[in-house]
Amino acid sequence: MQWESVGQFFAMGGYGRFVWGSYAVTAAVILIEVATLVRRHRTLRRRAGRSTATDSNGSSP
Amino acid sequence: MAVNWFKYASPQTFYPLAGRLVPLFWLLAIVLGAIGLYIGFFVAPTDFQQGESYRIIFIHVPAAWMSMVIYVVMAAWAGLGLVLNTRLSSMMATALAPTGALMTFLALWTGALWGKPTWGTWWAWDARMTSELILLFLYIGFMALQAAIDDPRRADKAGAILALVGVVNVPIIYFSVKWWNTLHQGASVSLTRAPSMANAMLLGMLIMALAFWAYSIGAALLRVRSVILERERHAGWVRELPPG
Repeated sequence: MQWESVGQFFAMGGYGRFVWGSYAVTAAVILIEVATLVRRHRTLRRRAGRSTATDSNGSSP
Repeated sequence: MAVNWFKYASPQTFYPLAGRLVPLFWLLAIVLGAIGLYIGFFVAPTDFQQGESYRIIFIHVPAAWMSMVIYVVMAAWAGLGLVLNTRLSSMMATALAPTGALMTFLALWTGALWGKPTWGTWWAWDARMTSELILLFLYIGFMALQAAIDDPRRADKAGAILALVGVVNVPIIYFSVKWWNTLHQGASVSLTRAPSMANAMLLGMLIMALAFWAYSIGAALLRVRSVILERERHAGWVRELPPG
């Protein structure tokens, strides 16, 4: 292992803001996508049982 | 073993199957991601030229690979939907686009943060980066086009044509570093010769790539469940779904 302290790990040999800037944005993007997907599906699922055939879009014959 | 795969071509039977697969793929993504990050940060040595900044490649390369793979898979599903008129194929294409766009954004973002300390610039209009940016616009164009057309069947057809025409950009991205004298370096990993990097670096990168694969499949499957519910909301089976 090349890290002698926690501080050294976060400093990334002077490239800390580039390395952590990459990883932080990637983590944020993934977490936001997961949250959005879960919330969207939950909302649609809740609505599913209550839908009525008021418009013709996508209705089965 | 006789599994009738065509059974799963219908949205009604695919919806619960996708529901069972999402947690499996995401669990796989978490496990692989943890192993890959451990190798990437604690096993892989410091690069003798780039120092620690090279550790960005453990997400940059997987994101860039996924941005291209997802596009090809998306275009294939869209094309299948266009030719065979199968609803679920087109829904798969619709579900893949946002995740593909996010992967493309991540490839560009991490590339800029790697380029600044390594090349001295965030961005250059070289062939690799420009064609990757065009890929982002293709994803956005596909989503915007589908969103602009009210009739889902027509939206599928229009989107499919755009997606299929755009496929030509993928080999351009991939081979750009060979065809042109780009600032972006050539491939570190290829099928035809030994990789030009240390074993631990390569292993970490490949495991992270598998984690990105698993994550993307899970995300696309969860999104396709929503697309199915939206498009089939008037179908009897959707209205009879138990709450959950």
